[in-house]
Amino acid sequence: MISFSPTEEQQMIVSMAKQFANDEMRKIYRQCDESGEIPDTVIDTAWNMGFVSSGIPEDYGGPGGEHSAITGSLIAEELAWGDLSMALHILCPALFAYPILEMGTERQREKYLPLFGGERYKTATAALIEPRFGFDPHSLSTVVRPDGDEYVLNGGKCYVPMAAAADLFLIYAAENGNTQAFVVEKGATGLEVGEREKNMGIRALATYEIGLKDCRIPKENRLGGEKGCDYNRILNRSRVALSAMAVGVAKAALEYSRDYAKERVAFGEPIASRQGIAFMLAEMAIEIDATRLMTWEAAWKLDRNEDATKEASLVKAYADDMVMMATDRAVQILGGHGYVREHPVELWLRNGRGFVTFDGMAIV
Amino acid sequence: MIDFELTPEQKEAVKVAHQFAEELFRPISRHYDEHEHESPQELIDKTWGERNKGTLALGLDVTASLRIEELCWGDAGLFLCVPGPGLGGAAIFASGTKEQLQRFLGNFNEGEPKWGAMAMTEPGCGSDTSAISTTAVRDGPEWVLNGEKIFVTWGKRAAENPGGLVVVWATVDKSAGRAGMKSFVVPAGTPGMRVEKLEKKLGIRASDTATLIFDNCRIPFENILGSPEVKKVARSETKGFKGAMATFDATRPIVAAMAIGVGRAALDFVEETVEKEGVTIRYGVPKQKLTALERDIIEMEANFKAAKLLTLRALWMMSQLQPNNLEASMAKAKAGLAVTKITQKAVEIMGPLGYSRKYLLEKWMRDAKINDIFEGTGQINMLIVARRVLDYSRDQLR
Repeated sequence: MISFSPTEEQQMIVSMAKQFANDEMRKIYRQCDESGEIPDTVIDTAWNMGFVSSGIPEDYGGPGGEHSAITGSLIAEELAWGDLSMALHILCPALFAYPILEMGTERQREKYLPLFGGERYKTATAALIEPRFGFDPHSLSTVVRPDGDEYVLNGGKCYVPMAAAADLFLIYAAENGNTQAFVVEKGATGLEVGEREKNMGIRALATYEIGLKDCRIPKENRLGGEKGCDYNRILNRSRVALSAMAVGVAKAALEYSRDYAKERVAFGEPIASRQGIAFMLAEMAIEIDATRLMTWEAAWKLDRNEDATKEASLVKAYADDMVMMATDRAVQILGGHGYVREHPVELWLRNGRGFVTFDGMAIV
Repeated sequence: MIDFELTPEQKEAVKVAHQFAEELFRPISRHYDEHEHESPQELIDKTWGERNKGTLALGLDVTASLRIEELCWGDAGLFLCVPGPGLGGAAIFASGTKEQLQRFLGNFNEGEPKWGAMAMTEPGCGSDTSAISTTAVRDGPEWVLNGEKIFVTWGKRAAENPGGLVVVWATVDKSAGRAGMKSFVVPAGTPGMRVEKLEKKLGIRASDTATLIFDNCRIPFENILGSPEVKKVARSETKGFKGAMATFDATRPIVAAMAIGVGRAALDFVEETVEKEGVTIRYGVPKQKLTALERDIIEMEANFKAAKLLTLRALWMMSQLQPNNLEASMAKAKAGLAVTKITQKAVEIMGPLGYSRKYLLEKWMRDAKINDIFEGTGQINMLIVARRVLDYSRDQLR
């Protein structure tokens, strides 16, 4: 039966995430953006709230909560409202853990999942994006070929979050034209982590290029073993996560510019009392709500194990445009003040532009 | 729990309504577009019968709105011919007493087809509904109404067919502004109420949009909805006006559902046509690799979905008895504009097939536009959303 009401449990998680975002992330996001560093304490605090670990089953040493795309998108929205760099950092281990949880062989689950159910943040990541024009997740130039009882990976990736610190990588590569995922452990021969990337936004998140030069891994490191993984489902889970985060960033921009417009007086009254400003805010509010509902619908399909490609890709494309519109308007409403780094809206604009590029950098 | 699954009853309702849309509405769609003020008698009789059996019940809930979407997929103009209490009924539900509900709507499903209409707009006032000049003067046991109402949807059918009714908004005290604004139920055939003319319109031509004249029209005192007292209180707290606005919270999502039906019709036509031409829309492919056509259709689909989900949420809130003023206006603003744009884009994409009256698409484009106008224009709904987002009164944001 149609319902737009999260469960009580979900409401509790949301209010916890919201409070964390407000009390912790919002205090330091600017300093993190300027310095490019996120304090470990914030990451550890977030980890202990179980945003990732709660979905690890008891059999694998986790708390055994439900792994739901809807719950994941609710959390992702709140954390991204706090700060996108930190949200991506906090949720980064899921890029490795969730595909293993959903699609790993029993052996892979036994080996890796216990690392993510505990109290310590376990740095692991995934590498999908490649540094070239016209990147398409369905035609990767990183390739894999079998060689005896090993696989050999060749190619290059970029925007790999936390790569320098990561112990585990999930590398997406083309295998006879189909994309599959492969577990590569830190220190594998042929795995080269490059310099930290310098990006327009998400400056507090450490991302890297990585190179794969005849990188050899054991046969059993293919995600899902012989059966492989459902790559489309992974992409859809990523689209949902990123759409939810876009909603969070846009919501931050709406709230800030709304409050500013009510304070800022021009021609004798607050600028919000003019339709030119008020209608911008109204449209932002409508599109934010619409995108959230579309995100929920795609997540709901994922939770029912149905093909969500249409819903997830529609909402992702919609969210990419929506967050750009909303963050740009927030800067516009603040005018010159929006352009200076004293206010957060310029940061949200820089972060907002990235969503269209961030394929595979978050997952629910 | 967040859920998008229709109940088995809702799925059945959609199926049944879709079948009516396909078999009863579509075949006569063009005829009644081109014969503007002819009455689709067979459709009226058939839908009246089905309505009273419950198979086409059209109230103010999620299931009804799903039916309405399907019927408007068939034809939005013909949907507006379907008998029932309509907007008049919605107004009575929003501010009538139990006794009035029973008296005016108790026998509404019996006998011959009946319609209910709501008369708000006047030649001198559209969106600014508080500026109405139609008067209601107390004369002993009666009210005497005088004035002119325009753009009354279902106006002729409601005013002339026995058993029907028109809810008329009038002022009992012009100096009291909004506080003096009251609504009155005028039964069909009441002397002093007459149909002055029927509008010739851009679209929804099968729908009768009437001008009604009230010339010393007398109705019983008990036909006033809400309190007859004029309380001079803050403008935002005027009850009569609030009654009108509460009606809109219920009817705006319904109009959004109508829009969505028309939008779906246009999208279906475009997608079926391009599919026949061997074009597949590739979802999940990066934007820079899509053709312009694919980009257009994906954008139309996404906007359609956005409008549909906002509408479902507004309806769901209403069914949960949650205040939905903001969400109703969001749904109406988005759906009205999105579907206007979707149908216009569809005509562009289809080229000669889109522009030709041989196909229904050009009609849907004309039909769609009304959804961005009636029950509050897109701009009025944006204004309401903006006030709610800013927590501003109508004095703070004009």
